[in-house]
Amino acid sequence: MRHQRRNSILLHVAAIIVAVLILLPFAWMVEASFAPQRDLVSRPMRWIPSEIDLSRYVEIFQGGEGSVGSTFRAAMVNSTIVAVSVVAIAMVVGVLGAYAFARLRFPFRKATLMVFLATYMLPQIALLIPLYFILNALGMLNTLVGLILVDSSLVIPFTLWILSNYFVTIPDELEEAARIDGTSRVGALFRIILPSAKPGIFAAMMFAFLLAWDEFMYALIFTSSDAAKTLPVAISEFAGRYTTDFGLVAAGGILAAIPPIVIAVIFQRYVVSGMGVGAVKG
Amino acid sequence: MTKLATTAPPRLRTGRESQRRLAFWLLLPAAVAVFGIIVYPIIRTLIISFFEVESALATETPFVGIENYQRALSSSGFWAAIGRTLYFTVVSTALELTLGMMLAMLLNARLRMRWLFRAIVVLPWAVPTIVNAAMWKGIFNAQYGSLNAALTQLGLTDEYIAWLGDPTLALNMVILADAWKTTPLVAFFLLAGLTAINPEIYESAKIDRASWLRIFRSITLPMLVPSISIVLVLRTVEAFKAFDIIYAMTRGGPANGTQTIAYYTYVRAFSDQNFGMGSALSYIIVIVILILTTVYLRMLRRSEMSLL
Repeated sequence: MRHQRRNSILLHVAAIIVAVLILLPFAWMVEASFAPQRDLVSRPMRWIPSEIDLSRYVEIFQGGEGSVGSTFRAAMVNSTIVAVSVVAIAMVVGVLGAYAFARLRFPFRKATLMVFLATYMLPQIALLIPLYFILNALGMLNTLVGLILVDSSLVIPFTLWILSNYFVTIPDELEEAARIDGTSRVGALFRIILPSAKPGIFAAMMFAFLLAWDEFMYALIFTSSDAAKTLPVAISEFAGRYTTDFGLVAAGGILAAIPPIVIAVIFQRYVVSGMGVGAVKG
Repeated sequence: MTKLATTAPPRLRTGRESQRRLAFWLLLPAAVAVFGIIVYPIIRTLIISFFEVESALATETPFVGIENYQRALSSSGFWAAIGRTLYFTVVSTALELTLGMMLAMLLNARLRMRWLFRAIVVLPWAVPTIVNAAMWKGIFNAQYGSLNAALTQLGLTDEYIAWLGDPTLALNMVILADAWKTTPLVAFFLLAGLTAINPEIYESAKIDRASWLRIFRSITLPMLVPSISIVLVLRTVEAFKAFDIIYAMTRGGPANGTQTIAYYTYVRAFSDQNFGMGSALSYIIVIVILILTTVYLRMLRRSEMSLL
């Protein structure tokens, strides 16, 4: 027993150390966003701010036309629209496709799934130049619709993968029983599979949101103004322009990180169930 | 072991023909949304890679065959970028697998307030790549960075170090920043493998008084081979595609020290406007990723057999 107790204490100490190491960099960014500029550039550095300086947040939330704040706010709206739309598309399309992969027999089933997954190996840069010209020809450069379409093509293979792996774990008997009672396949998908696949669905939604929120390269090349610029692009611009005011970059970064952090923390218990491992081996 | 998406589903009482038709209609939206976007660009990029296209406005774009590929493969810049990419891949994957394994075991341990610990661990992964890069760029800043401030105030260094000012050091610092964000994801992948292990196996090992190290080596590690193989493939592919973090932290500098292959390709294609060369380089990346993934999966499948 004493041996176990000692082990348990050691584990807790290790967990606390790890938690501190994880939180320290982030905590400093939070602190820097509230510290006056003079504290950030003083040597030795003042770790506790001499006063709480809200000027960056004021600038971000209230800055007028053409300011950093207005760009940031536009990017926040754009990122939200893009991420929510991509999640919606990737989930609807993913649920339908995953049902086919998990429940139906058809020729080249495995090969089709593999082709979807293999698209992940394509570097975005290999598609960038032709996509630019296509979007340009369709008048979709610097539009949210264009960005939503190209981002969806990145996210759908992930939702297909997570959902397929989850759907196969749902006992066939459940669905068979409903089908014997005369429910159609599509009816069974909505009434039987979806309600019992909640963890897989939450995991897929979370992955899809984080991927869409994080996407950078397409947004960098295909957007050029507040009309469609997303947060990663806006922040990389701040970081390039305001190299001396880390506080401003920090404040913007924190605000941009809050939505995915909230979603990840709420849904973290579904992460593990969403990671069906091993199917690549086939 | 959980069931896999690639294991055949049971026959429900529907005819083969109608299953086929239903599968086609169910998969059509996904196929359109994915392949509708990528098929034409893939082919187009392949075609461009055989032409000399040296500006967006170029009117003369002669067919040059495989010359772009030959020029790429014979340039020292290309091989330097490949070398940095391999270094990035090997070091970051080794670091993330080691730390991720320890983290996974902690996540799996009986901890008070485990939910809080898991919520904290998930945090870096949720932070957007660009924000992560900007944050570490601030921490590593030569004049005002908190790392220099902390190290000098603790008496560990005498003077401020330009962490991102030296090519080799900068590459290592980018790897550290990448590991902070990615290790939690790796840990969760390994945790998914850990939780799938039947606890009875451990019980019987304990009854046999097997040492901790022996349990780890002969039970945990072999059972984690599928998770580890996925992590290896994902991290290698990510390293070859790495762009965001490098763009935001160093723009490939100093002295091209952090220019990995994807960034090198981006510079050739967009800064130099050499689209023919950029396209050829993209295809080289695709081919290298394909080869590495195949080799990994082969190797790991064989090693799993021997471990079993």
